[in-house]
Amino acid sequence: MIHLEKRAEPSKTWTAFTPVLAVILTMIAGGLMFAALGKDPFEALRTIFYDPLFSEQFSAYSRPQLLVKAGPLILIAIGLSLGFRAGIWNIGAEGQYIIGAICGAAVGLALYPSQSWLIYPVMILAGAFGGWAWAMIPAILKTRFNTNEILVSLLLVYVAEQLLASMALSTLRNPEGNGFPGSRNLSQHWATSNPELISGTGMHIGVLFGFIAVIMAYIMLNKHMLGFQIRLTGESPRAAQFAGVNPTRLILICLGTSGALAGLAGLFEVSGPAGQVSIDFNVGYGFTAIIVAFLGRLHPVGILLAGLLMALTYIGGELAQFMLGLPGASIQAFQGMLLFFLLGVDVLTNFRIRIGHGGKK
Amino acid sequence: MSDLLLDIKGLTKAYPGVVANDDVSFSIQKGEVHALLGENGAGKSTLVKMIYGLVRPDKGDMQLKAATFAPQEPRAARASGVAMVFQHFSLFDALNVAENIALGMENPPKQRELAKRITEVSQAYGLPLDPTRMVGDLSAGERQRVEIIRCLLQDPSLLIMDEPTSVLTPQEVEVLFKTLRKLREEGTSILYISHKLEEIRAICDAATILRRGKVVATSDPKTASARELAELMVGSTLHQPERATQELGDVMLEVNDLSTASASPFGTSLKSINLKVRKGEVLGVGGVAGNGQDELLAALSGESLSSANSVIIDGNPIGNLGPNDRRHIGVLSAPEERLGHAAAPDMSLTENALLTGSKRENLAENGFINWGKTREFAEKIISDFDVRTPGPSHVARSLSGGNLQKFVIGREILQRPEVLVVNQPTWGVDAAAAADIRQALLDLAAAGTALVVISQDLDELMEISTNFAALHHGHLSETRPCKGLTVDEIGLMLGGADAAA
Amino acid sequence: MDLSAINPLVLITTLMIAATPILLAALGELVVEKSGVLNLGVEGMMITGAICGFAIAVETGNPAIGMLAAMVGGAMLSLIFAFLTQILLANQVATGLALTLFGLGLSSLLGQGYVGVKPPSTPKIEIPLLADLPIVGPVLFQHDMVVYFSIFMVVVIWATLKYSRLGLVLRAVGESHDAAHALGYKVVRIRIMAIMFGGAMAGLGGAYLSLVRVPQWVDGMTAGAGWIALAIVVFASWRAGRVLLGAYLFGGVTILQLNLQAAGVNLPVEYLSMSPYLITILVLVIMSAKGGRAALGAPAALGRVFHASS
Repeated sequence: MIHLEKRAEPSKTWTAFTPVLAVILTMIAGGLMFAALGKDPFEALRTIFYDPLFSEQFSAYSRPQLLVKAGPLILIAIGLSLGFRAGIWNIGAEGQYIIGAICGAAVGLALYPSQSWLIYPVMILAGAFGGWAWAMIPAILKTRFNTNEILVSLLLVYVAEQLLASMALSTLRNPEGNGFPGSRNLSQHWATSNPELISGTGMHIGVLFGFIAVIMAYIMLNKHMLGFQIRLTGESPRAAQFAGVNPTRLILICLGTSGALAGLAGLFEVSGPAGQVSIDFNVGYGFTAIIVAFLGRLHPVGILLAGLLMALTYIGGELAQFMLGLPGASIQAFQGMLLFFLLGVDVLTNFRIRIGHGGKK
Repeated sequence: MSDLLLDIKGLTKAYPGVVANDDVSFSIQKGEVHALLGENGAGKSTLVKMIYGLVRPDKGDMQLKAATFAPQEPRAARASGVAMVFQHFSLFDALNVAENIALGMENPPKQRELAKRITEVSQAYGLPLDPTRMVGDLSAGERQRVEIIRCLLQDPSLLIMDEPTSVLTPQEVEVLFKTLRKLREEGTSILYISHKLEEIRAICDAATILRRGKVVATSDPKTASARELAELMVGSTLHQPERATQELGDVMLEVNDLSTASASPFGTSLKSINLKVRKGEVLGVGGVAGNGQDELLAALSGESLSSANSVIIDGNPIGNLGPNDRRHIGVLSAPEERLGHAAAPDMSLTENALLTGSKRENLAENGFINWGKTREFAEKIISDFDVRTPGPSHVARSLSGGNLQKFVIGREILQRPEVLVVNQPTWGVDAAAAADIRQALLDLAAAGTALVVISQDLDELMEISTNFAALHHGHLSETRPCKGLTVDEIGLMLGGADAAA
Repeated sequence: MDLSAINPLVLITTLMIAATPILLAALGELVVEKSGVLNLGVEGMMITGAICGFAIAVETGNPAIGMLAAMVGGAMLSLIFAFLTQILLANQVATGLALTLFGLGLSSLLGQGYVGVKPPSTPKIEIPLLADLPIVGPVLFQHDMVVYFSIFMVVVIWATLKYSRLGLVLRAVGESHDAAHALGYKVVRIRIMAIMFGGAMAGLGGAYLSLVRVPQWVDGMTAGAGWIALAIVVFASWRAGRVLLGAYLFGGVTILQLNLQAAGVNLPVEYLSMSPYLITILVLVIMSAKGGRAALGAPAALGRVFHASS
């Protein structure tokens, strides 16, 4: 009989090793899934995890994509991790991402075709503001009426998607687009574009912001009272209250920050890799970022690595779709599995597995 | 031989790092009230959990009514006639009395029938109870009645009672003892767990004393003195706290007409509390659990706010200030719940030192934490208060209750409070640590701090307080000097007689 | 714009159909939450049920077998959640989210061959005599079996929770797992059963969506229905009767906005489409503004991890 025994202290070794173990287990389970789909599991795994980085044929295209895809994931996940640590569950980052993109793009489009260098900074501010404002809805409902932020933030994703459709089809539609849906292309107009900073690396302003967010979050969580208060609230809300933490303020800060970062990610995406506001420019980064945040153990450096890994599964997944005809959805299932395994093996951090007597406890 | 009810032989139960019960043997006769004595951590609760089927022994066996008794689960124990009244955690706040009782029975009758039987039994044993009331709205004493009646409805041959009087006023204790004596006359055996020696001498026929998981003695409590029993239990002579007699200073803390609504649905609201504490004074606040102790601490610590003038420190109104602003002017506190309120269980002792110390110890500058200084502060607490831990990087929950309590109290005392409010400072703490903590509180008072000690342990309050007041349903009685207070008077105060007058 | 095209009787009939998936899922989640577990994976279990039910119904040609398969599919998926949260003590919020993300991916994978396929139709059952009543008959008594089943389950769950021993034990476990454990109840086992029941109900709700309501298979077709079911449990203050009310209210809003779209109301389609979500949020706010947790009937142990120490 197997039973669990609580450790006196969380195991430091396992804290670091569980994500690695989860990745290994996911590869095994994913391999089985690919085999069930009639593909060679080893070839599939190699195509997803190895070829994008090292194959001569694809790496030239794939490598820069790594940062392009990891940038928004990291930016969003860093914001989410702050709230998750404090027990504040913003799961509507996808909506904040969309609204940030719409607001930022709207500023750029309104000022088109002006060439001032001031336009892009204003777009950045507008993008952050849009995401922030969208996140303030669940935040204020939570602090004023104690409404569940999980449900509100998530339901607002569907509202944001409808808004996006409306924007792409009417309000922001390209007047010179011959009636096709979608806005003007922002990335083709230098004043509104988020260009690749170093050619061939995929590094754009958004990726830079992602790295800065990692550093800022690290400093805040480890060196600053605010970070301490966030961790304390998540560990023990009552002790936090005793320590004088103002829960309302913390909810506003955590949801606001994650919203603003998600909004930024949206703006950088829509003015860079996506290029325009279209009905489906968002590809679920807001949801995948939740996996990234957990996979990174809500730790800034962990999130950085997890973001890169998750970006790799996206690129590798596309490659596998192209090369092996592996269904695109299998990557989504693969990512979901990764989160399952991570949550499952997490038990090793706080508990010891005992085999033997002791009974079914 | 026919008088033997339960015979326990060689029970052993080990948990990683600790042998909770080591070769425990004793027996209970029919119609006997048998005391199980021991300090916290002596292994009493593991032992009764084995008898009740919640935990299975590693070794040893039990015989009930001359038949092998090895309950796999509480249900089996109940079926064999063993019932248990828990100290904590066995009632459901949001369910009514009848539902709670039905949950503890194997084959409960229909709800109407059950309600009738509850009323019958509760009258027969002098424990009035309304079956339709929500348990969360009951007082601690009434809640205990629910548990007792739940047991009695199953006609048990052995009734286990875990610290039954810790939630009762002296008058309620008398009622309980009457019930227990009636049960004994009817032939029911009672296993009575306690560390209160006077009670055991009053009610028990035999006593088994546990220390560190082993039976150290079996004696007749009627003949043994309380001191003998205490020394058997603790294993050494106890240090009695010393109280310096001194003049009291000016009024430091003043509470005027303080009323707050409780944050939790089944909590108690404070109703128009008035009190004054002088420099160097220890005000003991007694009361049965759930009469507003947590709320009083929260109102004084700043976790719940009130109007500015309802709390006055040294002439300054502070009722509207939060915990950190109060700490800034020297009002510190230590709540009852160590893990999860006074300290964050999964954070290190260094981080827990920062939890209340950041302001007064200047551990952060412009919001940036000085971890080196924080660690030094934690180390100082550990060394000054003899906290047994390998070091400040270990998490709070890895400490034993007594050590963590020393850390929590030490953390506040080292910040040189002007006013210190503590709730249940020695609850669940072993005797030696409890004595240390009491001495530290007295030393602090001698140095001129005004103290409010909230406790359910009357002996403790009488030992260290200058003045005494009691909480009852959120009201605070008038304050009276401890000297000359009789047990009867205290009992009346706890029961709220004073508030009605 | 032509509002006269909206027939109130047809509206009620379609409302019942629109509400049924959410009603089923919300009833399942009600039982899960009553046992003290918060499973945010309703959306994932619904969509998995939707494709399992659809695929099996298409393969066997029998919608009833499809519905059963959906229940099994939903329950199997919920078993992952049960294992992670009850045995491995994982965080319920995170695991529920993972279940939803995984369910969306898995369903899309399973559904590859079924896009554009027509499912066998689910027969309507006319209740003898009652179905012949004027007006009321066609509106209330000419539905398929699942609609009747969903209403039947409202009654069953209400009565079980209120009057039966099983319901009492379930509520006790959700109220305080420590107390229930101390009395000897198998907290983990009871919760796993509740979670699987919730999974089966959500699966059936999903299958109703793909087999009757739409009826076809579309990726991500639940479109937030699972989340709305979660919101309805809160709206209902954890009471079965109110879940029915909430689901029908939501069904009404959905149908009304669809009818308004069809009638060509002078409001962009997107704004009408977002109205059900906005109204759900509004309802949540009103409910939460009214009172505290316990006043609303939330189980006290909801979402808390249970580990029997010692």
